[in-house]
Amino acid sequence: MIAKKQLLVSAIKNGTVIDRIPAGELFHVIEILGLAKGNYQMTFGANLKSKVLGSKSLIKITDKFFEEDDVNLIALVAPDAVLNIIKEYQVVEKRKVIIPSEIRGLVRCPNPKCITNHEPVRTRFNTVVMLDGLVLKCHYCEKETNQKNLQIISSN
Amino acid sequence: MRSLISINDFNKEEMLQVLDLAAEYEANPNRPIFKDKLIALTFFEPSTRTRLSFETAATRLGARFVGFASLSHTSIAKGESLKDTIKMVSNYADMIVIRHHLDGTARYASEIAGCPVINAGDGANQHPTQTLLDMYSIRKTQKTLENLSITIVGDLKYGRTVHSLLQAMSHFNPKFHFVSCPDLEIPQEYKNFLDARNIPYTQHHKLEGQIQDTDILYITRVQQERFQDPMEYERVKNLMRLDASMLTNTRPNLRILHPLPRVNEIAIDVDDRPEAYYFEQAKNGVYTRMGIITYLMNQ
Repeated sequence: MIAKKQLLVSAIKNGTVIDRIPAGELFHVIEILGLAKGNYQMTFGANLKSKVLGSKSLIKITDKFFEEDDVNLIALVAPDAVLNIIKEYQVVEKRKVIIPSEIRGLVRCPNPKCITNHEPVRTRFNTVVMLDGLVLKCHYCEKETNQKNLQIISSN
Repeated sequence: MRSLISINDFNKEEMLQVLDLAAEYEANPNRPIFKDKLIALTFFEPSTRTRLSFETAATRLGARFVGFASLSHTSIAKGESLKDTIKMVSNYADMIVIRHHLDGTARYASEIAGCPVINAGDGANQHPTQTLLDMYSIRKTQKTLENLSITIVGDLKYGRTVHSLLQAMSHFNPKFHFVSCPDLEIPQEYKNFLDARNIPYTQHHKLEGQIQDTDILYITRVQQERFQDPMEYERVKNLMRLDASMLTNTRPNLRILHPLPRVNEIAIDVDDRPEAYYFEQAKNGVYTRMGIITYLMNQ
């Protein structure tokens, strides 16, 4: 089975493999990491079978290594994501993403009456992990939003 | 430099300090200690009670004030950004009081201004000076803030005074009773807030039967525009209405509070009852705002 999966998404020599992305969140992860704008050599697999998630996506980015604070932002949409750091075809480090306590500029406040939707204010949220998932509290309007209603601000 | 944007910006000790200052000002209201200070009252949204209360508080403290009473009196009407307006005003004044129809504006203003900012109401979000005057009124009438039974009636879904009050009183071991129609129940996030602090509460859909076992009856206005069906509004408003005949077998210390303006949720025959406290409550707003201005100016 492993050999077959490697055929589907080819191995990289150096770079990062982001695994265990929920199947529907692949493009959000690409958006959050700003990968669409760079000249990165990237391969990805979508709707792969996963024992943990049932169905998952993964991304392999050649010669790209992320700062921890940057990559932790994907925990918003892929809380179970695992980063595999690859050097000379070998996994030299596995890292889980950690939900940041504060998120700036990435998520739109869903409250239409929030000042951030009317003035050029960079959005800012505090995160709270609840039993039923992640909750984001807007620093400005103090309204809470859950993971299902997250709106990622497009970087384009 | 400190601002008061949300009631959560003050801890329990700070709230009590403000209330103590307010009590001193009630005993001696004319204390011109800020003759050298200028306060900007920036009311982007019209308000009568809150603005006059701040003007009175500033005047009694000897401070001068400048400002405007509505959005149409500002350069924002000409297309100027809020940021530029606040920057400009903060160059002139030692303190800014702001009211705005959008949620979160006061927090944003406090990050732009180079002086303390007091939130005098930002949309449906917070109105912390109202909360502190409510607390002052509760403490004054009950002689304590601890272990009180508080019944809150009306628009519990959108009412900003309701949300701020329950956050503030959560420091004082309260018991809450919530009375509203099903569509205007207290939002889940506030139930979670109370659950996390083991604060007991009950929920009800009519006022009758919920008055006898309470120390504070806090009534809020149910706005007609919240209802899609006008018939439903007519039905609900009567279930939430208090009249003098309902005030039997109540606790002797029961007091009725209302942030005002009142429409018809409290019948006029309640006004002369000893339990009615809403007009004194409004008067307490001046002393409380004097206390808040003093506390922030001295930081």
